[in-house]
Amino acid sequence: MTATLPQRLLRDMLRIRAVEEAIAERYAEQKMRCPVHLSIGQEAPAAAAGAALAPTDLAVSGHRAHAHYLAKGGDLKAMIAEIHGKATGCCSGKGGSMHLTDLSAGFVGSTAIVGGTVPVGVGLALARQLAGRGEMVCVFIGDAVLETGVFYESANFAALRRLPVLFLCENNLYSVYSPLSVRQPAGRSLAEAASAMGLNATAGDGNDVLASHDLIAAAAARIRRGEGPQFVELATYRWREHCGPMFDNDIGYRSPAEFEAWRALDPIARLTRQLLAGGGIDNAWLAATSGAIKDEVDAAFAFADASPFPGPEAAFTDIWSPEVAACRR
Amino acid sequence: MPSMTYGEAIRDALAVALARDPAVLVYGLGTPDPKGVFGTTLGLQATFGADRVFDMPTSENAMTGIGVGAALGGLRPVLTHQRLDFALLSLDQIVNNAAKWRFMFGGRGSVPLTIRMILGRGWGQGPTHSQNLQSWFAHVPGLCVVAPTTPEDAKGLLLNAIFGEDPVIFLEHRWLHNVTGEAPEGFYRIPFGQARRLRAGADVTVVAMSLMSLEAAHAVDHLAREGLSCDLLDLRSLNPIDWPAIDASVRRTGRLLVVDAGQETGGVAGEIIAHAATRLWGDLRAPPRRLAMPDAPEATSPALTAAYHVRAEHIAAAIAEMLGRSTDTTPLVAARRFPHDVPGDWFRGPF
Ligand SMILES: Cc1ncc(C[n+]2csc(CCOP(=O)(O)OP(=O)(O)O)c2C)c(N)n1
Ligand SMILES: [Mg+2]
Repeated sequence: MTATLPQRLLRDMLRIRAVEEAIAERYAEQKMRCPVHLSIGQEAPAAAAGAALAPTDLAVSGHRAHAHYLAKGGDLKAMIAEIHGKATGCCSGKGGSMHLTDLSAGFVGSTAIVGGTVPVGVGLALARQLAGRGEMVCVFIGDAVLETGVFYESANFAALRRLPVLFLCENNLYSVYSPLSVRQPAGRSLAEAASAMGLNATAGDGNDVLASHDLIAAAAARIRRGEGPQFVELATYRWREHCGPMFDNDIGYRSPAEFEAWRALDPIARLTRQLLAGGGIDNAWLAATSGAIKDEVDAAFAFADASPFPGPEAAFTDIWSPEVAACRR
Repeated sequence: MPSMTYGEAIRDALAVALARDPAVLVYGLGTPDPKGVFGTTLGLQATFGADRVFDMPTSENAMTGIGVGAALGGLRPVLTHQRLDFALLSLDQIVNNAAKWRFMFGGRGSVPLTIRMILGRGWGQGPTHSQNLQSWFAHVPGLCVVAPTTPEDAKGLLLNAIFGEDPVIFLEHRWLHNVTGEAPEGFYRIPFGQARRLRAGADVTVVAMSLMSLEAAHAVDHLAREGLSCDLLDLRSLNPIDWPAIDASVRRTGRLLVVDAGQETGGVAGEIIAHAATRLWGDLRAPPRRLAMPDAPEATSPALTAAYHVRAEHIAAAIAEMLGRSTDTTPLVAARRFPHDVPGDWFRGPF
């Protein structure tokens, strides 16, 4: 039996959350020795994009990319191994959590410098357009990316050339511990700013995964019809600390009340209630799905644990092409 | 003199500067947030107000150019980057405007802008959160580049940067923030272009910088117990460099080892060795040596960083070799009671 779209979205969100919570739970073991930026609470935009994009479409992202990688079809085992610094990781241990790639899934790469992959995504779209191919590129960004110059420069070029690129903005109100109020003028709409740059922009509730999916699918359809670059802003909220496994509502940059209000809008609980009530799933489906996810996550951590570390010589490979490496003596 | 951490010394310098001169501004990502840039800006906004101490958009290039303009307009801005790597977005404003302004307008106008850049390392900081690119900045005429090692120097050099008339790249290693030492109270300036002699000795001149000066001090102390005596200069200032101090030391010892915190190719160590080779040839009794990071990015996996950095044992071994001696470095390795990818017991990740 093939899954319905709502079932797929729920399953993908449950899977992302299970992975992120497993990372959070095990982080104190000190075996994942790199910064981790978790997407717990904001799984919906990733899951929605994963379903709206075709497997052959491409995606790039930033520091908070686990969810995007997984939703796009990135290999879970290779991601967990990467976070553990293992040779079997998706970057052979060289990149860690902030650098993920799975070319077979069209997830070209995520990097750690805010805004860094925005022009890269536009360049991938240029290559696709010039090759006369139908695929598009999804550029996952956060609200802070609308403060970078490179975003406006890239949007301008994308609009100029009507490139097949979707800027998908998860507006979670914060950049690290800095609220939008100290970074952008009051009343500014990110979507309107994008629209002023020539991107066709829409905005919606990023904790409503079905609505998010509708917005992204509509934008993707416009891209496929040749209507040029699109921007979708989805309002959501990060539950855990900016970087790391803990909660940080106690340190004073946001209120516990604000957190609780957003937690009540949990995208997973919301869709689960909706589908249970409407008969889209039943408790047996939920139990089976959660059980299968748990097994998969446990297997991924076991794989990472059992995997070898890269040998010391690997610290000095992949820097130059083999041709150049051979003439550096 | 009160004892304080390096991070506290930086905070103290900023507080002293803000209190002393209303022209001083302190800004950067996270400056007023609850973590206060690893504690270095904590409480400053409450004391000095949100007009002078403030957060900023994630707009490094513009906020650097705005700092240039503010400095030309009579202010003394201090801009902080939590990692040097983020400041790379502002290279245009640093190199084409800040560094050139005085020159390209024939001396009309100066840019007293201080840019703090924090150097990351370990705990999976990885390829884009751990770069030591001091040589890039030291290469640009018009910029001053300092990399203090001790709390006293951090405070005095930061105050000198703020109250001087030049654009300054102020490099603070994340692994130094918790290092404790004595630093004078109140206002004082340490001039640029002066190395600090951390250990006096006669056999080998060791020139180091930033965190590498601490590693070198461990190495030199270890060798002293074996009867070898090293003259250890903490560079402090990478441009201008204290050539007279280096010259005088090398003339006495005839041997030079330079320990660089950056990559070997095109690094500051190469510059110092070129200086020795071209100006001190007749004084050298052995080929000069350098220890630097290899020409490879820092990987994320701890398996790939274990042998990547220069540590005290490598420095000790290199010095001993230059003197035709051998040394047992096991005590240096044994003295570290925590994993190689953290600065000490106090660091529990993730940033
Ligand atoms: C150019 C640059 N400046 C600063 C940083 C530090 N930094 C890392 S994540 C982050 C927050 C970005 O916020 P946003 O884009 O809204 O994404 P979120 O973390 O909320 O998902 C910042 C400022 C960086 N990585 N790169
Ligand atoms: Mg955000």
